[in-house]
Amino acid sequence: MVAFVVTFGFSYALYLVLTAGSGIAPWFWSSQELLLGAIVAVVVGLAARTFFSSSRPRAGLDPRRWVRAIAYVCGPFFLELARANLDVAYRIITGRIRPGIVRVPSGMSTDLGVLFLANSITLTPGTLTVGIDEDTHDLFIHMIYVPPGLEDREAIDAREIFAMFDCPRWIRRITE
Amino acid sequence: MILTVLIWVALAIGLSFNTLGIVGILRFPDIYTRLHADTKCTTFGTIFTSLAVVLYALRVYVQTSDGQYISLIFHTLLAVVVLAFTNATSAHAIAQAAHRRGHKPMPSVTDRLEEIRP
Repeated sequence: MVAFVVTFGFSYALYLVLTAGSGIAPWFWSSQELLLGAIVAVVVGLAARTFFSSSRPRAGLDPRRWVRAIAYVCGPFFLELARANLDVAYRIITGRIRPGIVRVPSGMSTDLGVLFLANSITLTPGTLTVGIDEDTHDLFIHMIYVPPGLEDREAIDAREIFAMFDCPRWIRRITE
Repeated sequence: MILTVLIWVALAIGLSFNTLGIVGILRFPDIYTRLHADTKCTTFGTIFTSLAVVLYALRVYVQTSDGQYISLIFHTLLAVVVLAFTNATSAHAIAQAAHRRGHKPMPSVTDRLEEIRP
């Protein structure tokens, strides 16, 4: 039941976002869109509830997680993205690269945490997740510039991938 | 007036990063470094071009209060979110497929993945 409500709420919210502006001011949505959206969301909720929230559906309802996730994306993550983009732009212009694949233990206990971290790393320019060790949750990361000395070390802490913020700690607080 | 300047600034930043992404594809030596230039710079550039679209739609909406521009704003924002997720996933998929196929990072100072998955 919880899984159905979560899936229903998510798909209805998405439908409303897509049809915002359909109503006549001051209303955001026309009544037809509201009704059709509810019907579609019920069908989607019944069909997809087992895929969308298979485990721990209650964790997804905790609003503090959502607030933290939005704060993370707008704050530390966006600044990292901007800094790393300037870095890659500099390397494109000068051609100063030192690429290599390093091993990074993720330190996450949940699948969602590993996914979150791997996506954050991949989306940050200059670092790209190439592979993952399914058993130990170690990530293999291709860096466009491996700082000298780093290539001799067996494993690198996930915090060293990000230059300014402790992103893994943010992700752990969001997903666990 | 200020809004017009902001739209131009956002467009300029976005297009310069997209251009740099293209230059990177031509300059970098192997598939992995090219992926860096290609997927990431274009993501950042597209965030800014989308920001320009949002600002433009906002301005027209304030002038005409036509509901379709609100619709345009939300569609653009949703496109950015979807782009961020699919871009990271597809870049990872391409890199992993290349590594499994036997494309070694060239040049490269270290390759830890090689050791466990030769």
